[in-house]
Amino acid sequence: MNPAQQLLAPIGRSTLGLLASIGRVAMFVAQTLSHIFRPPFYLKELLQQLLSIGYFSLPVVGLTTLFTGGALALQIYAGGARFNAESVVPSIVAIGMVRELGPVLAGLMVAGRVAASIAAELGTMKVTEQIDALVTLSTNPIKYLTVPRVVAATLVMPILVAVGDSIGIFGGYLVGTTSLGFNSAAYISNTVDFLQSWDVVSGLIKASAFGFIVAVMGCYHGINSGRGAQGVGKATTNAVVSASVLILAVNFVLTQLFFTQ
Amino acid sequence: MIEFQDVHKSFGANHVLQGVNLKVAKGESMVIIGGSGTGKSVLIKTVLGLLIPESGTILVDGKVGGGADRDAFLARFGMLFQGGALFDSLSVWQNVAFRLMRGALKKPKEEARAIAIEKLRRVGLKEEIADHFPGELSGGMQKRVGLARAIAAEPEIIFFDEPTTGLDPIMSGVINELIREIVVEMGATAMTITHDMSSVRAIADKVAMLHDGRVQWTGPVGEMDSSGDPYLDQFINARAHGPIEAVR
Repeated sequence: MNPAQQLLAPIGRSTLGLLASIGRVAMFVAQTLSHIFRPPFYLKELLQQLLSIGYFSLPVVGLTTLFTGGALALQIYAGGARFNAESVVPSIVAIGMVRELGPVLAGLMVAGRVAASIAAELGTMKVTEQIDALVTLSTNPIKYLTVPRVVAATLVMPILVAVGDSIGIFGGYLVGTTSLGFNSAAYISNTVDFLQSWDVVSGLIKASAFGFIVAVMGCYHGINSGRGAQGVGKATTNAVVSASVLILAVNFVLTQLFFTQ
Repeated sequence: MIEFQDVHKSFGANHVLQGVNLKVAKGESMVIIGGSGTGKSVLIKTVLGLLIPESGTILVDGKVGGGADRDAFLARFGMLFQGGALFDSLSVWQNVAFRLMRGALKKPKEEARAIAIEKLRRVGLKEEIADHFPGELSGGMQKRVGLARAIAAEPEIIFFDEPTTGLDPIMSGVINELIREIVVEMGATAMTITHDMSSVRAIADKVAMLHDGRVQWTGPVGEMDSSGDPYLDQFINARAHGPIEAVR
């Protein structure tokens, strides 16, 4: 191998590895989607996942958006004061929360909580042969384990984000009315007047996409986990990292799609 | 009948099965022995389609397994996994009745629970543990629950993957007796993987020894001690010296 080949070989190997991974994830997604509308349907598992992914993520999403809404109000007020635009605080907090920060922060927090938990659970099932046991019991692991999690996350994330948006806006309202001298009625009026329905809807569409990403990454890395505790640990880390990066990348793509004329 | 014809399976550069030929007759209890890493579990998993061999054929009653109606094919099998492989999130009775609560064999919940409790009794467990979770049970009890799950749908063929590993000698004896009783009572075909020679003698009608990815010896359990095969002799007499290289 000549020096040029020695230099290029690792790049080639990495590229091939990356493409192979993308292909495997794409096939996993296709398999999952193909099972969503075909019976049998595991409704009990779906309800359990709606509760686990949605309801139990409420505290973390609520706290995150509450503090972010408050901090956003302070930042916009301080920044706006440079050109006498302090009055835009309510509208910018609302738009910022529903379009961008609500979905992205909720997505990242749920990625940390849910993708990790799904990957660890399914990874442990893999190494303890529970997934093999499912197959021997005539149950398709994709249908029984992956589909309920992916459907639940996709459906419940917009609800979580809607709640998070409201809490975030409330955080801004609290800071605005208690520290920044805004009149309560004027703050609410400014928030409502400047917020358009597409601002909210676009954020909820993003949320749904992020929920899908979180569950798919958790399931993919969990089901393909390596052996032993190290394998499960690695699967968990990979699930969180890949879900987080994909959320940010997809957020950019969707923002461009929704808001670039 | 299960028939393996020149089955090959590799994991990367590790050629685990290198041409396995073996026949297991209907109603027979075949025990597979061999050193660690010789492909005993892999062999069983290829029958169920959990692993796909690179080449060779596996016939079940003269037909290649799976095909279009894979569910019906898998419904003929029960399997006891090495670690039990019980579902942590389900109670004991839900684990046992798993197959009876979904798919082609679905039964009403009460009936499925009653069958699960009957199977738990069959393996020597009381009804009181039916609502416990697997994490609350000892290793021996988990094995019994796994055994109850394997026989819940009364399969024609049962696989036992190291059924006594990690159990004390008394509990091992109990599990061996249960396996033998159940296999005889159900008239099932059984394939058991084990390193435990007391299990071999208690469970087997016939024994097959895997070595270097092939069947080194196969024959009735009664002929095992007088086989004259140096590999089998070394293995069953637990000798450190012999043709099988013992890595220290």
